[in-house]
Amino acid sequence: MVDLSIDLGKGLRLANPVMTASGTFGYGLEFADVVDLNRLGAIIVKGTTLNPRQGNPYPRMAETPSGMLNAVGLQNKGVDYFISEIYPKIKDLESPLIVNVSGSQPEDYAEVCRRLSSLERVKAVEINISCPNVKQGGMAFGTTCSGAEKVTSAARESWDRHLIVKLSPNVTDITEIARAVEATGADSVSLVNTFLGMAIDVERRRPVLSTVTGGLSGPCIRPIAVRMVWQTAKSVKIPVIGLGGIMDGRDALEFLMAGASAVEIGTANFVNPSATEDVIDEISEYCNRHGIESLSELRI
Amino acid sequence: MKYLLDFKLSETRPTQAGDAMLVLEPLDKEKGAAALAEARPGQFVNIQVLQSHGTFLRRPISICDADAEQGLLFLYVKDAGAATHCLCNAREGDVFSILLPLGNGFSFDETYSDALLIAGGVGIAPMLLLAKKMNEAGLSPSMLIGAVNKDRLILTEELSSVGNLYISTDDGTSGEKGFVSQHSVLCRDWKHILCCGPLPMMKGIAAIAKERGIDCQVSLENVMACGLGACLCCVEDTADKGNVCVCKEGPVFNINRLKW
Ligand SMILES: Cc1cc2nc3c(=O)[nH]c(=O)nc-3n(C[C@H](O)[C@H](O)[C@H](O)COP(=O)(O)OP(=O)(O)OC[C@H]3O[C@@H](n4cnc5c(N)ncnc54)[C@H](O)[C@@H]3O)c2cc1C
Ligand SMILES: Cc1cc2nc3c(=O)[nH]c(=O)nc-3n(C[C@H](O)[C@H](O)[C@H](O)COP(=O)(O)O)c2cc1C
Ligand code: FES
Repeated sequence: MVDLSIDLGKGLRLANPVMTASGTFGYGLEFADVVDLNRLGAIIVKGTTLNPRQGNPYPRMAETPSGMLNAVGLQNKGVDYFISEIYPKIKDLESPLIVNVSGSQPEDYAEVCRRLSSLERVKAVEINISCPNVKQGGMAFGTTCSGAEKVTSAARESWDRHLIVKLSPNVTDITEIARAVEATGADSVSLVNTFLGMAIDVERRRPVLSTVTGGLSGPCIRPIAVRMVWQTAKSVKIPVIGLGGIMDGRDALEFLMAGASAVEIGTANFVNPSATEDVIDEISEYCNRHGIESLSELRI
Repeated sequence: MKYLLDFKLSETRPTQAGDAMLVLEPLDKEKGAAALAEARPGQFVNIQVLQSHGTFLRRPISICDADAEQGLLFLYVKDAGAATHCLCNAREGDVFSILLPLGNGFSFDETYSDALLIAGGVGIAPMLLLAKKMNEAGLSPSMLIGAVNKDRLILTEELSSVGNLYISTDDGTSGEKGFVSQHSVLCRDWKHILCCGPLPMMKGIAAIAKERGIDCQVSLENVMACGLGACLCCVEDTADKGNVCVCKEGPVFNINRLKW
């Protein structure tokens, strides 16, 4: 029997490498009827900001070939609401909880992390550096090394448990950003976030999304994500968490073989609400069939 | 409770050009019966259409009828694009993964004796289960349905058997000529309106209801992905809570919550 457990360091131990991607699984509770939440490697909840955010106007979604564009715009009720209303409902789950943190300036990230520190069951934060930096004209922190470093070090100062930095793929060389956040104190990196994309309603001659552009996710991005994970895993020493278009166990294995220590399931949850559990079963079945005893053997 | 179940197409009942009434049977009879017993009018399912190769996401379809005893789910589908085209042309025995029942349906209680159900187009579909459930509550609902012409009217026989049916067609080939919003039955003293149809129609009815102080519920059809309140793609801007998920808090809303 394969041992699917994995230790990502600094107290983040997973029973299996399958986590939920932020923004695609709510707070877990939304899927409680169709997924055994206690089986998941970890639950990464919705992007959380210091203050409540209404997000972008409707329409926020466009279906695309083998994927979708979204422009949700980090709608959430803020970190204090998470602490008082959501956390009590999910803290007794067996799976470790990870909060995805977003902000528009480094101080926001630091403050959200500080407030989350009181929550014992939050074993890690995942810092979303794809957010626009308001002070620098809205360019995403994650697209420059200096922006990524600023956010990482601000979060690091107020968070002493496991710190994941989630990288934006909208860059020329993702390994450069990965090395920068590693040097600034990240305990692991997760990649990829969504690719900037656009869709036009040809009949009405207008963009489909209210924001014109949005984030592309789903299997259409998978080969690019696998390539980026492969490159990044070779250039940093910290664990790499892979995601981008994983629909089933086979897809997850691709990332594990490319050098990822764990994976996240995102858009697949919309297509197959039990995708997370199915991926766990399929990885396990594959390993048993191939006589693999530990996940590290998978890496090519 | 929500269920993720496989259903087998047992029959496609022909309707007008292209539309279809799908009769589906759960493979797992026990869970299927439980899911069907929980279905409330106005709720919907999210169905995966693997047969449609270009379709990535599931498609939301209203529960037209749910018969827990016989273990049958009825979906009325209009051919509006790739996925619905495949549904309308599916073969007996085809299996579909269906997530159900989703959302909050219409609200009513036994005091709703002076309620008018108004529907147009494919919005007529959820009215069948609504009228049946109102029957079970001892009510005989009045229903006003509209279409472009007599050939586009749907479910007239089924609806006539569960309440008083009023009809309007744009060209006057059946019932009163004109839009539902112009039908004479609207002039009666209604206390409640429960409405489902194209957006302009619902907005027209909502305006009348507001003007006359009639309590009014409408069912929205925002584009959806998860159907579970997780992705936040389907939001409607409400007066009381800002952006809320239509799939979870709706699809039925009281018009006083909407910024119409
Ligand atoms: C709560 C709800 C209940 C519905 N009930 C019924 C019903 O009982 N019968 C019925 O025939 N149709 C119903 N619809 C509409 C149905 O979901 C769309 O017609 C269908 O998704 C179109 O998919 P397609 O691939 O055939 O066409 P497409 O070419 O993809 O789209 C055709 C039209 O459908 C809309 N649409 C596309 N994708 C979605 C989506 N994921 N969510 C919502 N709308 C979408 C598009 O905006 C477009 O206007 C309902 C929609 C909602 C939200
Ligand atoms: C509707 C939606 C909302 C998302 N919200 C967030 C978010 O709040 N924070 C974040 O870091 N990533 C967010 N993402 C990105 C996903 O977590 C993931 O990185 C991306 O979708 C690629 O993976 P996938 O192809 O498996 O979905 C969101 C994606 C989608 C589709
Ligand atoms: S469709 Fe995902 S939240 Fe409504």
